[in-house]
Amino acid sequence: MEFAVTVIGHDRVGIVADVAEALARLGANLTDSTMTRLRGHFTMTLICTVDASVGDLEAALRPLTDVTVTVREVGPDEPISDAGEPYVLSVHGADRLGIVAAVTRAVADARGNITDLSTRLTGTLYLLIAEIDLSSGTAQALAQRLADLEKSLGVEISLRQAETDVL
Amino acid sequence: MTVLPVVRAPDPVLSRAGATVDPHDPAVIQLAEDMVSTMRAAPGCVGLAAPQVGVPAQLFVVDVTGHPKASTVHGLLVLANAGIVEASRWKQGREGCLSIPDLTGDVKRAGRIVVVGEIPGGGKITVSTDAFEARALQHEIDHCNGLLFVDRVSGAHAIYQRKVYL
Repeated sequence: MEFAVTVIGHDRVGIVADVAEALARLGANLTDSTMTRLRGHFTMTLICTVDASVGDLEAALRPLTDVTVTVREVGPDEPISDAGEPYVLSVHGADRLGIVAAVTRAVADARGNITDLSTRLTGTLYLLIAEIDLSSGTAQALAQRLADLEKSLGVEISLRQAETDVL
Repeated sequence: MTVLPVVRAPDPVLSRAGATVDPHDPAVIQLAEDMVSTMRAAPGCVGLAAPQVGVPAQLFVVDVTGHPKASTVHGLLVLANAGIVEASRWKQGREGCLSIPDLTGDVKRAGRIVVVGEIPGGGKITVSTDAFEARALQHEIDHCNGLLFVDRVSGAHAIYQRKVYL
């Protein structure tokens, strides 16, 4: 069975090791995972496979008393068709309400699929970096829409192709 | 000329430093010819190192002819026992590899390099190049030393699921 696990809490040394050990003891195999700190909070999301129940996983992680853990079973992943071309979207400017909403709505309207996203607020600077899959021929229209948003939001936006050199 | 099967990570041969080879050994010359055929047979492939065909040896082939990002182009380069003697103008770029077909990663590479090596069946050669050909040579020389692009990726979030298949 495949499970999605999230772990959120105050950052400290050793959380990842504690989580990974607890899962390994249960015989759970970590597949994809991502971890970062969001404003100092430890946040980790992972997929693991194990012949166990949600309750078994929760029990295995219960000794970690300083973090909040959620566990849910997920079906076998069926990713959206990856026929698009990869682009990187960067947005930066003075923080204001609605930047992410407006920018990501423009991407969604262009049928762009966000595959990775980070946002950071540092001082008054707001920063958004996203990886987007775009169907061929849609980038120009999206770039135009983003240019309009630059003006209305007062931010700088760039959309560039993430060219991969296959060697 | 034979098209050889390309091995994929985590095959341990990809993580071993290749042995230096005798460029006049007929087996080495034959392997180089087969590697050229193998590279030509893979669409979009611009380089191939011996470990990628299962042979831990200091031998690789590169041909970036016609690539839009190439500046200096030497055509087909077949080099044994090659090493980088000068490197400058470091620049980040996203790389993929035949041996790790589902991932790409951001890797810093020198935009100008000087490489010395030996031509199978020939003598010593010095290659000065830049841009895409420089990146390709660094990627293949890494293979010959048991290094993959994932060994040089620039950060924890600089690995991507590959979306466009050639």
